[in-house]
Amino acid sequence: MWEVLQLDFMRNALVAGILVSIACGVIGSLVVVNRIVFISGGIAHSAFGGIGLAFFLGFSPSLGAALFAVGAAMIMGAVSFRARHRSDTFIGVLWAIGMAIGVILIDLTPGYHVDLMSYLFGSILTVPLSDIYMMMVLNAGILITVTIFYNEFIAMSYDDEFAFIVGIPVRPLYFSMLGMTAVSVVMTIRVVGLILVIALLTIPPYIAEKFTRSLSRMMAMSSVLGILFTLCGLYLSHAYDLTSGATIILVAGVGFFVFQCVGLLKPKGGSAP
Amino acid sequence: MNTLAIDMRGVFFSYEKIPVLEDVTLILNQGDFLGILGPNGGGKTTLLKLLLGILKPDKGEIRVLGESPRHAKHRVGYVPQNTDFNTDFPISVMEVTLMGRLSRSRFGKRFSKDDRAQAEAILRKVGIWDLRHRPVGSLSGGQRQRVFIARALATDPEILFLDEPTASVDPEFETDLFEFLRELNQTVTIVTITHDVGVISRHVKSVACVNRSLIFHEEGKITPEMIDMAYHCPVDLIAHGIPHRVLPFHTEE
Repeated sequence: MWEVLQLDFMRNALVAGILVSIACGVIGSLVVVNRIVFISGGIAHSAFGGIGLAFFLGFSPSLGAALFAVGAAMIMGAVSFRARHRSDTFIGVLWAIGMAIGVILIDLTPGYHVDLMSYLFGSILTVPLSDIYMMMVLNAGILITVTIFYNEFIAMSYDDEFAFIVGIPVRPLYFSMLGMTAVSVVMTIRVVGLILVIALLTIPPYIAEKFTRSLSRMMAMSSVLGILFTLCGLYLSHAYDLTSGATIILVAGVGFFVFQCVGLLKPKGGSAP
Repeated sequence: MNTLAIDMRGVFFSYEKIPVLEDVTLILNQGDFLGILGPNGGGKTTLLKLLLGILKPDKGEIRVLGESPRHAKHRVGYVPQNTDFNTDFPISVMEVTLMGRLSRSRFGKRFSKDDRAQAEAILRKVGIWDLRHRPVGSLSGGQRQRVFIARALATDPEILFLDEPTASVDPEFETDLFEFLRELNQTVTIVTITHDVGVISRHVKSVACVNRSLIFHEEGKITPEMIDMAYHCPVDLIAHGIPHRVLPFHTEE
């Protein structure tokens, strides 16, 4: 195990896994309690359009993914405000169109298409140091924003109507949440790929929600669970030579069912500690 | 009283071209205790949401405490009809109550000692201080109702709006609640939606009936006109045990 850590790419993978798990723990908790899991899936898949565009025009695929993810997040946010009851259809359409744009643009790109799979299923073992620094900056941004506006985020997530009445700017807050979701999604694509993003974003918070009594603890527990799943998955994928992203998700999936059973035995509630 | 609590004149509202409220006029003094009656789908909740600035009227003028509803909304408290939403949400009674202390002006700031002290006083007042650490989702309907009343009171409102506060609670709590509201009414204007005619008769000062249009009676009497408008079937109403003393010819004290 220790000699593995001597390898640069393994160290980077470890740090990337931890950083992504923290972002997913914090933002995933907001995603779960705000019930925007479908939007986050839509963001992840439409990001593929940006990756295609980046290949086609020859700029950084991460930048392309980020542009499309944030763009899609804002459009989906606007639609879900305007036509609440039809927004899921619209999100599904954007989801598919984003993927299709990506595939077509890559078709149109001349030359050899190397790491398409790495965007679909992640490539945590090839994260360069520059990406790690970028992830640190983004993580810091997310943590600072959520810490400062923690009470407002709770109020909006729990009861947006009441939040509006007391004068919280619900709309800007909602869009900033979607923006942070887009950023987290792009980071997570690096690790587990866009197809598996939803799992890492939602499984840890879903488990944590059953065992915690406040949003901050839910975020903390989700982050810890995410780190646990990512590191276990990374270890197993290295030991048995499996695709890292899929292994991480499978570990999370096993965790999901284990905790589901534990949760049935010990429901939360009861008197105060 | 100087400014009117509510001053709405000639208000029209429709959802996607289906008229919900037509030419509604309602004038309410501060210190009043208004009960709003009406059938389901008659526009009671819509009326409240217009007053809270959540919805905008198609036509007509609305003033709350002399301001537009959007500007006045931080001066009013609101207890929603449904309190059994988001029951999985990891949030304690104290946290929900403190939500009432949030506002635009203190955006992004921590809760102060003063906020916590106020929340404590209110939780003691509504009798759920002992439950302050409990997850809201684990409470009974009546307890949860108190939490939402506490949250509304924490905003330090000049008008308190309640949307069917007794819809999902036991009758005992209902009596307690209205005793409590009556006491609160000494300093706060109260507007409550209810479908319980008995409640109206015993506790409110004035009464309005909403079924697309609105009839208002400032002495809190339920006129046969209202009953007809609200239910279209007085016989059915009597069968439900409407107390006799609510009828207009009754005198109290």
